Amino acid sequence: MRIAVASGKGGTGKTTIAASLALSLTEAGTLPIFLDGDVEAPNAHLFLNPTFEKRQEVAIQIPQVDDDKCTYCGKCAEVCQYHAIVMMGRKTLVFPQLCHGCGSCARVCPEHAIRETPQVIGVLERGPARSGIPFARGMLNIGEPMAVPVIRQLKHWIEPRAGQLEILDAPPGTSCPVVESMRGADFILLVTEPTPFGLHDLRLAVQVAHELKIPIGVVINRDGIGDDRVDAFCQSEGLPILMRVPFERAIAEGIARGKTLVDIHPEYTDRFRQLFMQIAALQ
Amino acid sequence: MKIVISAISPDLDSVIDPRFGRAAYFVVVDTNTLEWQSYPNPGANASGGAGTQAAQYIARLGAGVVVSGDFGPNAYNALDAADIAMYLLGTSQTVREAVENYKADQLASASAPTSPGHHQR
Ligand code: SF4
Ligand code: SF4
Repeated sequence: MRIAVASGKGGTGKTTIAASLALSLTEAGTLPIFLDGDVEAPNAHLFLNPTFEKRQEVAIQIPQVDDDKCTYCGKCAEVCQYHAIVMMGRKTLVFPQLCHGCGSCARVCPEHAIRETPQVIGVLERGPARSGIPFARGMLNIGEPMAVPVIRQLKHWIEPRAGQLEILDAPPGTSCPVVESMRGADFILLVTEPTPFGLHDLRLAVQVAHELKIPIGVVINRDGIGDDRVDAFCQSEGLPILMRVPFERAIAEGIARGKTLVDIHPEYTDRFRQLFMQIAALQ
Repeated sequence: MKIVISAISPDLDSVIDPRFGRAAYFVVVDTNTLEWQSYPNPGANASGGAGTQAAQYIARLGAGVVVSGDFGPNAYNALDAADIAMYLLGTSQTVREAVENYKADQLASASAPTSPGHHQR
């Protein structure tokens, strides 16, 4: 089973919740796998202290057009939904920064004029973290705009054993990388704040999850700082609120120093175990 | 000479659209006769690659000059590769004014991308 932990916006405490959940489930036989999918700004390592032992580059296949073979038929440009390959008169131009490496252009080229060359866009790293949790993260190279392939490869890098739980910390937001992080998950845990911004972003995240037809549960973090509109929204949408973490100085300070909720308040271990039981029952 | 101007509606007296890749329309004007024809930009609402898509469209229209408010790096490089000259709208408010300013040599040419680009993949 894979749980994606997501939030419509950054700074909701999503990573702390994800890491705390993982640490709470280390005694239940098989250790959960932790995947940091926030490939543009990974930070789960700050909470889980992994020792990286393995590294693998992530490359995508970028097309190159052989001008001697190209007949300027335009089929490649027609098929590319990202407009990363275009016909400019009698020139077939590739824009690597727009290319998703999907391979469609090379497949449709009747002249076999397109050769694909790998371009490294990021790296995967993995190793044991606190309590022996198998930890992996993806990192997008600086200046590379495409996070999706890194996340896609990260999801398949560690083969879970039968019944082994995977917790994927998704990037913030609701753009393509977030959708990719959620895709294939069995459950989406949405971390939000009871504020107007929190609600706005929660709505968007819920939409994405609904489109993917994945069950959702909500964690309200910093409970007490805002109003009850997030509650009302969850109620009207039939979204279960699985946990509330109160706004507390001790928690905020602990998190700032790289501590998880279960380090700050050990009694949270039980609450996270219950949270997991509820998730298991919901999906 | 045929020039293309990005516009918010499809006619010669339309207000210009300062965006190139996401312009609503492209109005193609013959600078000698002022005959014109307009085309909706197929990439106005594209999720990505709007600049390259628009550039490809302009190349297909057979224009040698395009006047707009902003050329991102991808659009710039595509248009440049096809030897399509790029000019900036300057103070032009309508398509007609842009044509007049172009004819009067009042428009600055864009010799490099004018914005860092908007794409996200
Ligand atoms: S590989 Fe896919 S995204 Fe890249 S240029 Fe070809 S068709 Fe477009
Ligand atoms: S499909 Fe092949 S032959 Fe046709 S324009 Fe593209 S590269 Fe050239």
